[in-house]
Amino acid sequence: MIINHPLLGPRDASEFTYLGDASLIDRPDWQAENASEAFYEYGYLRDNPAGEHQELWYHEAGDRSWLVVTRNTLTHEISKVELARDVARARGRSK
Amino acid sequence: MTQSNRLGGGQIDRNTSLTFRFDNRSYTAHPGDTLASALLANDVRLIGRSFKYHRPRGLLTAGSEEPNGMVELRTGARKEPNTRATTIEMFDGLEARSQNRWPSLKFDALAVNDLFSNFLSAGFYYKTFMWPAAFWEKLYEPMIRRAAGLGSLSMEDDPDEYDKGFRHCDLLIIGAGPAGLMAALTAGRAGADVILADEDFALGGRLNSESFAVGDHSAPDWAAQVVAELSSMPNVRLMPRTTVIGAFDHGIYGAVERTGDHLPTLPDGKPRQILWRIYTQKALLCAGATERPIAFENNDRPGIMMASAMRTYANRFAATPSQRVAIFTNNDDGHRTAADLHTKGVKIAAVVDVREDAPGSYDYEVLKGAQVTDTKGRLGLTFVEVTLSDGSSRTLDCGALGVSGGWNPNVHLTCHQRGRPVWNDDLAAFVPGADLPVGLSVAGAANGVMTTYGALKSGAEGAAEALERKGALPDLPEAEDAPVKQKPFWYVEGCKRAWVDQQNDVTVKDVKLSYQEGFRSVEHLKRYTTLGMATDQGKTSNITGLAIMAEVAGKSIPEVGTTIFRPPYTPIPIATFAGRMKGQEFHPTRLTPSHYWAKERGAVFVEAGNWLRAQWFPLPGETHWRQSVDREVRETRASVGVCDCTTLGKIDVQGTDAAEFLNRIYANGFAKLPVGKTRYGLMLREDGMVMDDGTAARMAEDHFVVTTTTANAVSVYRHMEFVRQCLYPDMDVQLISTTEAWAQFAVAGPNARKLLQKIVDPEFDLSNEAFPFMACGNITVCGGLRARLFRISFSGELAYEIAVPSRYGDALMRRLMAEGEEFNVVPYGTEALGVMRVEKGHAAGNELNGTTTALNLGLGKMVSKKKDSIGSVLSEREALVEPDVLRLVGIKPVQPEDKITAGGHLMNADGPVDAANDQGYVTSAVYSPILNSNIGLGLVKNGAERLGEKMRLVSPLTDLTVEVELVSAHFVDPEGERLRA
Amino acid sequence: MHDLVAITALGGTEPRVDTIGSVTCTEVPGVALASVASRMGKEGKSAKALAKLIDAPAPEVGRWAGASICAFWAGVDQWMLEASFDTHEDLADQAKKALGDAASVTEQTDGWTRFDLTGTGIPSVLELLCQLDLRKITDDSAARCAIHHIGCFVLCRTSESYSIYGPRSSAGSLHHAVMTAMRSAL
Repeated sequence: MIINHPLLGPRDASEFTYLGDASLIDRPDWQAENASEAFYEYGYLRDNPAGEHQELWYHEAGDRSWLVVTRNTLTHEISKVELARDVARARGRSK
Repeated sequence: MTQSNRLGGGQIDRNTSLTFRFDNRSYTAHPGDTLASALLANDVRLIGRSFKYHRPRGLLTAGSEEPNGMVELRTGARKEPNTRATTIEMFDGLEARSQNRWPSLKFDALAVNDLFSNFLSAGFYYKTFMWPAAFWEKLYEPMIRRAAGLGSLSMEDDPDEYDKGFRHCDLLIIGAGPAGLMAALTAGRAGADVILADEDFALGGRLNSESFAVGDHSAPDWAAQVVAELSSMPNVRLMPRTTVIGAFDHGIYGAVERTGDHLPTLPDGKPRQILWRIYTQKALLCAGATERPIAFENNDRPGIMMASAMRTYANRFAATPSQRVAIFTNNDDGHRTAADLHTKGVKIAAVVDVREDAPGSYDYEVLKGAQVTDTKGRLGLTFVEVTLSDGSSRTLDCGALGVSGGWNPNVHLTCHQRGRPVWNDDLAAFVPGADLPVGLSVAGAANGVMTTYGALKSGAEGAAEALERKGALPDLPEAEDAPVKQKPFWYVEGCKRAWVDQQNDVTVKDVKLSYQEGFRSVEHLKRYTTLGMATDQGKTSNITGLAIMAEVAGKSIPEVGTTIFRPPYTPIPIATFAGRMKGQEFHPTRLTPSHYWAKERGAVFVEAGNWLRAQWFPLPGETHWRQSVDREVRETRASVGVCDCTTLGKIDVQGTDAAEFLNRIYANGFAKLPVGKTRYGLMLREDGMVMDDGTAARMAEDHFVVTTTTANAVSVYRHMEFVRQCLYPDMDVQLISTTEAWAQFAVAGPNARKLLQKIVDPEFDLSNEAFPFMACGNITVCGGLRARLFRISFSGELAYEIAVPSRYGDALMRRLMAEGEEFNVVPYGTEALGVMRVEKGHAAGNELNGTTTALNLGLGKMVSKKKDSIGSVLSEREALVEPDVLRLVGIKPVQPEDKITAGGHLMNADGPVDAANDQGYVTSAVYSPILNSNIGLGLVKNGAERLGEKMRLVSPLTDLTVEVELVSAHFVDPEGERLRA
Repeated sequence: MHDLVAITALGGTEPRVDTIGSVTCTEVPGVALASVASRMGKEGKSAKALAKLIDAPAPEVGRWAGASICAFWAGVDQWMLEASFDTHEDLADQAKKALGDAASVTEQTDGWTRFDLTGTGIPSVLELLCQLDLRKITDDSAARCAIHHIGCFVLCRTSESYSIYGPRSSAGSLHHAVMTAMRSAL
């Protein structure tokens, strides 16, 4: 596979390490009342779509960027690649 | 031996003679020959024995689709079984042997199988070897293994080298026949970066096999002229002897270049083959087509081959299987072979054409509406029986029969991304479907364009379309453009043994039987009959098999469907996939800064991940590793020892939020750690399990040096980047690994300070007051070299870790040894390190095994509840905090000499020994020379409350039961007085 | 002045030099390295200070720039500085002075080993080693890649001069990989 890195352009997927669902960005609030339930869901429950899937890839043999890759699990078509840091900020994460 | 079947003309170099051996007989050949063409030129038709029935077999084809003509090539360690004679480029001194025969090719004892063929029909393995079950392992399997398979392995290491490589292009053109050459010309002249790959050593594809003209040139000359122009273009890379084996995601293709297979011996350092990964913007498949046979009675005798192959041997290689040949065809292309061979002076016994309206000839007899119904000749064809259109019989006297059943486009690569080919009625063949791999298009015969002119045109257009270029195409030369005329004809009715798949000895009857027995999906047909398996993957047999299946099922061929084509297109040696990654080069080797010194000292090394670490340092007279390790432990604890601990991961953490970042990463707190101090840190995974441990030294308000375990250095860094970029994207924190930059040595033992004082420059005060336990700082050593000093201890002794730039690590180690002589300084390895950490009760890799929590390890109190940190919430899950969860304890045998076994399980002193009563297990076990006893660490249910309890350590696998006592894990210096001294 | 004697990453006292065909591979121990990473919100300031330090604009993604001190791009707002070891052994300190609180600076000198390839036909060696699109490499390229599973930087100085940086501990494996590729390709 080829991942079109937003900064470096197309790079072989073998340079990357896969982590999993990009929902791992949405780490729950540890002080919330339902924190243990929320963390359980965060840690263990994933959608398994047949189609577009947002997932986290790490450019280990490259610039060490974490990326959010939108990949179709049926065709491997990659329709979008973003810096995970930008995605995290857009989802409201900060410090 | 003369080349009695050598014809005139051809693309061989008659000025040079080559000598080769087949089955220990010597023959001659010329450059440009393949082993197959040279054997035919020398009147050798019998090449091998078939897989199941050991029937005599010869060559069926002239290309990589060959099912029959397989040999063992070369000798000794370079022996390669199942090599297709049709693809072996001739070289001087080539040596090959026939396969699957004993005692000789002409007399093969297992040919008796052929007489029992009724018992060896489709699925015979499954039917015959069903019972009794006990016979399977002892009798059936060894017997089948002996009888099955074709060639044999050398059982020696492959002495050759193989490379992997990476190339990029705008357009990859797969196949250099008329379509491929024209595509390359079009794209090359347009300035695109082009790779043109072809499996043959001579580019040109079918053009090299034909006698007709292309433009003003003979077909091979035209091809040679185009190749010459292409080779002069800097933007075109020609890759002959290169098979594109697979189409992968996003325009990546695999290709195997046979750089050395045609050479008698490889030049030093040169690879035999290179596995290329080719990254393409676009690719154009110009793989041509493969002629398919017709099945008839005894259609497998040596001398019976594809008509197109016969033409290739005659036109390109100037060789013929016999001076008297017949042709059996259902289409016009078969007649072309007859005409070419006739022109070359080969006698045409007759052309047998199943069509009533077949074209005639003035030069030889054409039997219209006739069929071949049997053949004769034990080790090679002698007669062909023909049933004429009026039902009468005719015997043709001939030594070879060319068969043409039409052409199948080579669609394989179009299916590698699960695309399905579609049926074309005009061609009676599958052509590429619409669902192609991204960026791939198809031209020429591979796309069902079966004429030479059509191929040239579609190649030019295909290249222009792929590159999205408009404008004039190169001028196309005039070339053969006759429409395909054929009558689909798959097999002759009423035969008993008509071979469909010669490689797997599958007959028409086997296919029908398989259907009758319920194997009605093509995939099942393939597995049950083995049709289309093995080295040729059914390139000449699949479609016939499908046609028979369709007929018995009363369906059309497209309704029956095809099996899936998968990479590789042709067989690849495993060694090619391994490339350089074998033996010592399987993974990179990382050497510590003191490696060369340790080697001089005679250290024994151990692999720790990619690192080579000194395991122990034997002295003269020490004959057992325990002697060395016990000494290293005793002398370190008695005076001072030095160990290279560079392999621990080191991560530089800087930024105004560095301390807060560590607070999130570690379960325990770091915000209040003062500058100049180090703290032990425990890192959890989000699920609450321990991920890693290490230390963080605060070098400045905004600067920490974090250490990780050797094993987790990479994954911890990755995790920290994840937390930094994905969870806290606005934190001001910067990370970089510095593992390699610093040579770091542990100096441990009561004399550690005295030794270091001789090294560290005098302005740095090492006294316990000035540099207490857990202190850290930047210092200089040996007269001004920058260094870092950490007062941390893994052994439980007064200990430091000192770091200098790696290039000076070797010198510093030597200096420590020299200056330490007065203290009897001892270098120690990873074994002694392990013994001392168990004696001290430190959890390490064996305990941080991915299933343990901080509570399990006795570190539960470290998990701060006053702050957010990774894993903190889930570490409190109910099941993880129950009263009887596993807790880390020390384990001591009641009899000190009794061995503790890591992995052994702990059972109560009384009661049954079984999984239901399991109390825990031993994680680490060593011999302690300090306690003169075997000791261990283990995880025991509610272990912290059970110290003093006697238990049984059992290992049912090794039949071991040892009486042990649970003790504190801190065997040595439980109060920590030594390390604070 | 301290009296410890350095060894090269390959374990010698002198750098290793090998010539095969038209290409020479030279071990280069005489280089000082430091990493620079912008502090959050000070990216502009650090790029400016970096430009002043290397006397050239801070290199863009995948590029290097500079003369007596060079910088090459290593990651988002992150660069590696390289300079002669003899004159810049304290490169990290110099960089910290120049960048102040705008960036984090870390000494990297001995984290890496460097092999320089000089001569004609270097791309035919590199294509056996790494996945980089060599067609796109120009004489200001600096790209990170994996060579036989070793994370490396490949810098192109001119079409006949390349530098490969790899982790110091793997110097032997990296050198072996380069040598086998040179023997194979040249």
